[in-house]
Parts: sequence; C-alpha cells; structure tokens
Amino acid sequence: MEVIIDALPYLWEGIQVTAYVFVIAIILGFIIGLIMALFRLSPLWILNWIAKVFIDAIRGTPILVQLFFFYFGLNSFDFISLDRTTAGIITVAINAGAYFAEIIRAGIQSMDKGQTEAARSLGLTGTQNMRYIILPQAFRRMLPTFTNQAIISLKDTSLLSVIGIADLTQQGQVVIAATFKAFEIWLVVGVMYFIMIYLLSLLSSYLERRFELR
Amino acid sequence: MTMIEVKNLKKSFGQLEVLKDISVDIKESEVVCVIGASGSGKSTFLRCLNRLEDITGGRVSIDGDDITEKKADINKIRQEVGMVFQQFNLFPHKTVMENIILAPMKARGTSKEAAVKKAQELLAKVGLNDKADSYPNSLSGGQKQRVAIARALAMNPKIMLFDEPTSALDPEMVGDVLEVMKQLADEGMTMVVVTHEMGFAREVSDRVLFIDEGLIVEENEPNELFSNPRHERTQSFLSKIL
Repeated sequence: MEVIIDALPYLWEGIQVTAYVFVIAIILGFIIGLIMALFRLSPLWILNWIAKVFIDAIRGTPILVQLFFFYFGLNSFDFISLDRTTAGIITVAINAGAYFAEIIRAGIQSMDKGQTEAARSLGLTGTQNMRYIILPQAFRRMLPTFTNQAIISLKDTSLLSVIGIADLTQQGQVVIAATFKAFEIWLVVGVMYFIMIYLLSLLSSYLERRFELR
Repeated sequence: MTMIEVKNLKKSFGQLEVLKDISVDIKESEVVCVIGASGSGKSTFLRCLNRLEDITGGRVSIDGDDITEKKADINKIRQEVGMVFQQFNLFPHKTVMENIILAPMKARGTSKEAAVKKAQELLAKVGLNDKADSYPNSLSGGQKQRVAIARALAMNPKIMLFDEPTSALDPEMVGDVLEVMKQLADEGMTMVVVTHEMGFAREVSDRVLFIDEGLIVEENEPNELFSNPRHERTQSFLSKIL
C-alpha cells in the first residue's frame, strides 16, 4: 500500500502528460479527419486521391512504425528537429485522423439525400448545406463511433512511452525500476487508464443525451 | 409573361432516356398539373426545372434566366423556385421555426427579426401558428407538409414546384394540404404540381400535362382533358385511375 501511495505523485504527472497529449491529438485528429472526409467526398479527383492515399497509408501501417518514422525517421534530416512530445502528438493525431475521416465520410453518406435536395432547392449553397444541415445531423449519428476511436487513441498514447515521453505508462516503468513492485504498479496504472476511459464514455453518453436524435 | 420556358428538354440516366423531348411554356400565375403513370418521367421533369437533376439536353429558363448555362448562378435562381417534396424533407434537428427561417437568413441575408415575423405569418397561413417551437418528428404528415410549404414560401419564390405533395399522406390529411395549395393558386402563385389528385387538378389547375414515356402526350385545360381525352394513351391512363 505504501508503495502505491509513494508512487501516486509520479503517476499523477504521467496522467497529466497522457491527458495533454491525448486532448491535443484528438482535436487535431478530428480536424484532419474532417478535412480528409470532405476531400474524399469532393468531386475534384486530386483531393479525392490525396485523401485516399492518406487514409490507406495510415490504416495500412502499424502506429508504432508511424511513431518511429515521425520521431527517428524525420529527425534524421538535419533541417528537421521534432521533440518527442510533438512527434508523439503528430503520430496519434494523424492516426486518429485517418479513422475519423472514414467515420465522418460514412456518416455524411448515410444522410438521406432528401435533406440535401431540400436545402439546395431553397437556394443554400453546397457549403451551407454541409454546415447547417448535413454535418450537425451526421455528427450526432457518429458520436458512438467517435467515442470508440477516441478510446483507442487514448490507449495508443501509451505507445509513446517507447520514445521516452513521460506519460502514465512511462512513469509506471520509472516507478517499477526503482521499487521492483511490478504487480502493484501495473495494476494501479491499469486502473488509472480505466478511469480515464470511463470518464470519456460518460462524457460521450452525456453528449448523446444532450444532442438527442430527434 | 412566360415564367418557365422549357425547350427540347432531354434527360438520361446512363443509357435510360427518361425525358425524350419536352417543350412547354408556363405563364406567370398559371397553375399546371402534371399527371402520368409512375416511371413516366413526370417527377424528373419537375426536378429539371430547378436543376436538382442535371439536364442532358435542351434548355430551361426561369423568369428569363437560362438555368442550363454553365455560368448560371443556380443558387440565386433556386431562391426564386420553391419546391415541396413527397417526403417533406424537413430538417429534423431544427424546430419548425428554424426550418423556415434558415434559408431566408443564410441565403438571402434577411435579419432574424424579419425572418421570424414572416415565418409567423406563414405559419398562421398554413394553420400551424402553435407549432413554431415543435420539432418535425412530433408533427403529423399533413402538418409536416404544410410546414414544408411555409418553408418554401419564406423565400418569397416566384414559382412553386410540388412533387406529389400528398402521396405520402394519410387520406384524412390530404385535404388540409390541398386547401393550402388552392389558396396559393388563388393568390396568383405560378405553380407546377406533379400529382395523382385528379380532383385537385380538375378544380385548381389552368392546364394539365399528361406525360408518358418521357413525352408530353397531351395537354389541355383540365375539364377538356379529363372529360374528353384525345389521345389513346391518355384515355387508357384516365380510365385506370378515375
């Protein structure tokens, strides 16, 4: 018990790093996903192609390889210098972005065509239709799938410990290296991840209720 | 004055030629009903009038503006052409009021106060002034369709297109919607109505077009067309539905 209490300040620091990296990465990932989804649905073949290559490349490679690529790979050029945290955030953001793109694309395509026809027949532009009619409705439908991806991305941040980011997983390792209490510490670290993810799903069900589908 | 001018309109979906060669002029304040069997191309014809369908050949002009031209500002033209759909297509995430004021505010730049005031007038006109804050899914079909009509009218269009507006309604709801449409016709709105309501066509319209296999087979004023159809295909269609 004492071991755990002594470890808490270290683990708390780790939680803060994990939360920081996660929040920034998921927001960036969402923006990337939205842009790529709109590219994917664009009639311009070049945008379409960019989105397709991006999504296929990210989905087709392991996140750990992506992390090594962004951190060690890009940093092997003299003119690039990414610190660990930036490389870590970029990796998780881009990875989530590729999956978000497909979630958003599918959500937009699942909308009844009549909605767009009604909006356009009123003289609204394609952009206004997306902004006021399609996206608000599609996002509500996508919320459960978004939550799923957010949970996966939160867990993915634990991989960042391998490049030395002081996240919860890394802090757990540090504590164990000093105390040799692997069982207790990994158990506590697991519980802490569980609590974070549980809070995330609470937030999601709140949002679902708040923006109830009518 | 000609409000809608259609010249040699053709529309194909891939290999399928839905509209073969349609030419018709519709005058200001005229009410034209379009009848025909399902699959005859009557809805496609209507949807070509505001370019919801891309036009394969020929020309459509709305109040003098050629909408088939590449550089035509289709959004601007559509503001003048209201459309009412069989499936209502109200925006379910917005209240009745928000459904009605969205386009005037965003497409025309009307102030919120002016848009709300206009919407209240329109809701009163369609008999739904107590429903402004309801969401579409709490309304009956007939109420939804009347909101959809109010939403289209909020843009002050010069023309109203109706695509089988009563086909998805329970029988007891049809009358309310037709009543609103009749009132509109009396006020001088230019209307094109694709419908199976022969009673409405007979009573309200100035002219009836019978479309079959992508062509206007017969057109006439309603009494003449219904009691004295000249073309054999019109006769056989009418004998099946009257």
